[in-house]
Amino acid sequence: MRNRFDEQLFELNREIIEMGAMCEEAITSAVIALTTGDMELAAKVKNSGSMIDQMERDIEGRCMKLLLHQQPVASDLRLISAALKIVTDMERIGDQAEDISEIVTFLKGRTTQGMEMIEKMAYETIKMVTSSVDAFVKRDVELAKKVIAQDDVVDDFFSKVKCGIISLITENPADGEFALDLLMISKYFERIGDHAVNIAEWLIYYVTGTHKEV
Amino acid sequence: MKQPLSKKRKIYEVLMKALMLLAVGLTAALVLFLLVYVIVKGVPNITWELLSTKPSYLTGRIGILPDILNTLYIVIATLVIVLPLGVGAAIYLTEYASNQRIVSIIEYAAEILSGIPSIIYGLVGMLLFSNNMSTCLMAGALTLVIMNLPTIMRTTQESLKTVPRSYREGAFGLGAGKWRVVRTVVLPGCVDGVITGCILSVGRILGESAALLFTAGFAHAVNGIIEGLASPGATLTVALYVYAKEQGEFGVAFAIAAILMVLTILINFATTTVQKKFAKKRS
Amino acid sequence: MNSIISVKDMCLWYGDHQALKNLNVEIPEKSITALIGPSGCGKSTFLKTLNRMNDLIPGVRITGDIRYKGADIFDKEVDVSNLRKEIGMVFQNPNPFPMSIYNNVAYGPRTHGITNKVQLDEIVERALRDAAIWDEVKDRLKKNALGISGGQQQRLCIARALAVQPTVLLMDEPTSALDPISTSRIEELILELKEKYTIVIVTHNMQQAVRVSDYTAFFLLGELVEFGRTEDIFSQPMDKRTEDYITGRFG
Repeated sequence: MRNRFDEQLFELNREIIEMGAMCEEAITSAVIALTTGDMELAAKVKNSGSMIDQMERDIEGRCMKLLLHQQPVASDLRLISAALKIVTDMERIGDQAEDISEIVTFLKGRTTQGMEMIEKMAYETIKMVTSSVDAFVKRDVELAKKVIAQDDVVDDFFSKVKCGIISLITENPADGEFALDLLMISKYFERIGDHAVNIAEWLIYYVTGTHKEV
Repeated sequence: MKQPLSKKRKIYEVLMKALMLLAVGLTAALVLFLLVYVIVKGVPNITWELLSTKPSYLTGRIGILPDILNTLYIVIATLVIVLPLGVGAAIYLTEYASNQRIVSIIEYAAEILSGIPSIIYGLVGMLLFSNNMSTCLMAGALTLVIMNLPTIMRTTQESLKTVPRSYREGAFGLGAGKWRVVRTVVLPGCVDGVITGCILSVGRILGESAALLFTAGFAHAVNGIIEGLASPGATLTVALYVYAKEQGEFGVAFAIAAILMVLTILINFATTTVQKKFAKKRS
Repeated sequence: MNSIISVKDMCLWYGDHQALKNLNVEIPEKSITALIGPSGCGKSTFLKTLNRMNDLIPGVRITGDIRYKGADIFDKEVDVSNLRKEIGMVFQNPNPFPMSIYNNVAYGPRTHGITNKVQLDEIVERALRDAAIWDEVKDRLKKNALGISGGQQQRLCIARALAVQPTVLLMDEPTSALDPISTSRIEELILELKEKYTIVIVTHNMQQAVRVSDYTAFFLLGELVEFGRTEDIFSQPMDKRTEDYITGRFG
């Protein structure tokens, strides 16, 4: 009966998925740039950041309009409020991907070869982002719960990475800057994991109506 | 090709208009004729003597004072009885009765009653009332009560129905009982309907002759109201008949006719005024 | 929350047609309960049963148990006039009597035996103040009530209902015939009245239910589908039918 509204909700959904895809691509490209030392790719990721920011603003504007015009209640209201929160987290993921790429350019081609822990962490994080967006697309609460559980894995990796970096510094104090850059990058991955968890939590809120702080 | 067709239509239009004008003219002419004829024939015969004395066989003088009084007494007696009965019945039918079928049957019966020729009422009245209380004004009044009951009932009912349902609901919602609701919210709203019905009835009573011929008698005695009601007496209409047919006093008959005509016009005027006044109040 | 009206297994028939089916609900006191649902779902019929206004309709049959303050309202000993004093009603279309404003408000108290002029003056003033209309009409109490605007007439009707000091106030779409400003004034009034009275309000306007009520009952085809705190019903309805209705997907 509310055809226009349903169309608008469909558009909203589509835009969130599009933004999610852009974030996935950004973070995936950042990791490739990191592991292969591809400076060009890193530069591309840096530029895509502004597009992601723009999308966030567009989606926010769309949500405010929907709230104004349609006075949504129940699941419609939950979708729109979840959308507002999700795009914030997605935008932060985009920012983090940008930051990682920035550091990659400073590394000037130096890769994380030999730093398996960091690479594993990076791929776990990519999986988390992809899964959280997927959970949103499919409205899959179980998948969202898996993402939330996966955060423990990433956090665990982070602890291990920290230890690794400490030993790197102790072994080679002159290479301290590189070690610190690696630390920053790992921290960014850990933060990306947290944002993916947020996205999953808001998806669960939209579907079930409860927002649990995990 | 268009020319002849429109000419034909034009002639048709003009013809129709002329015919309708003729109808209006005839109607107006009839009414005017009646009015003028009666007044012209009657007014010269209206003297103070005529209006204020009773007929005397000794002097051969004719006076219609007793007839005027009798008419007045019958109007009063009829109204006093028919108003409570008719209004009461209307209130019951509209506000209290729950079986709609029975209400419709009663309403239909009342409609039929009002269409019955008045001379039949006279016959029935004679058998019912005059046989038991002899020919008298009261018998006539009672007959007129039966005749006018449907009118009062109908006009009161119509009036009651114009009171919006929401008023009643509002009053019930405040805890008022049925009678209180009727008395305080419904009845005040339909006073004009009752008055209209009243005036219409007065008109009918004034003009009634056939029913009274059988029941009220022909006497020309000047009485007080109580004695008058208990005795036979002629009303203006009956007197008109008697003077014209049996005594050949056409002058007097026309005088009475003129008086009755004036009264009829006054009654019509009163009805319209009352209706206008209440319509204004309502808006 | 204490409940002031309890309904158990109530059914209502108009002749052969069953309009209300197995209703079970507890109306909490000193709060506002909204009854929502599509046209013809029975919410107005239900409301009118609570003060036995349905008695006025021939052919209505009611089964089940309705208790006001624990007492069965259909008991033979019950004085309906008194019940309606305790449970007052405001209708959808403002219906002031064709009398003066004063007499409109005094109608209820007079019906219940108050004739002392000083008392009546006091009652009328208090009721008009409670209905937030005293200032507007205090200089024209003797004027005909039909001469004021629609929004004012409705507030007058609320004053009239309050004059008999009811415990519960039933309101059947009280603002649906009014303009937005009158509507919002009356909504403000209803929120104020909550402190002293229990209010049950039928409304077609979902936003009004959200703005004004503490509890909401959703009716559909004569059944009570869901009842709960308004915030819960409108953020997380438990029944899909409720969700579909309040999101405007039908009805």
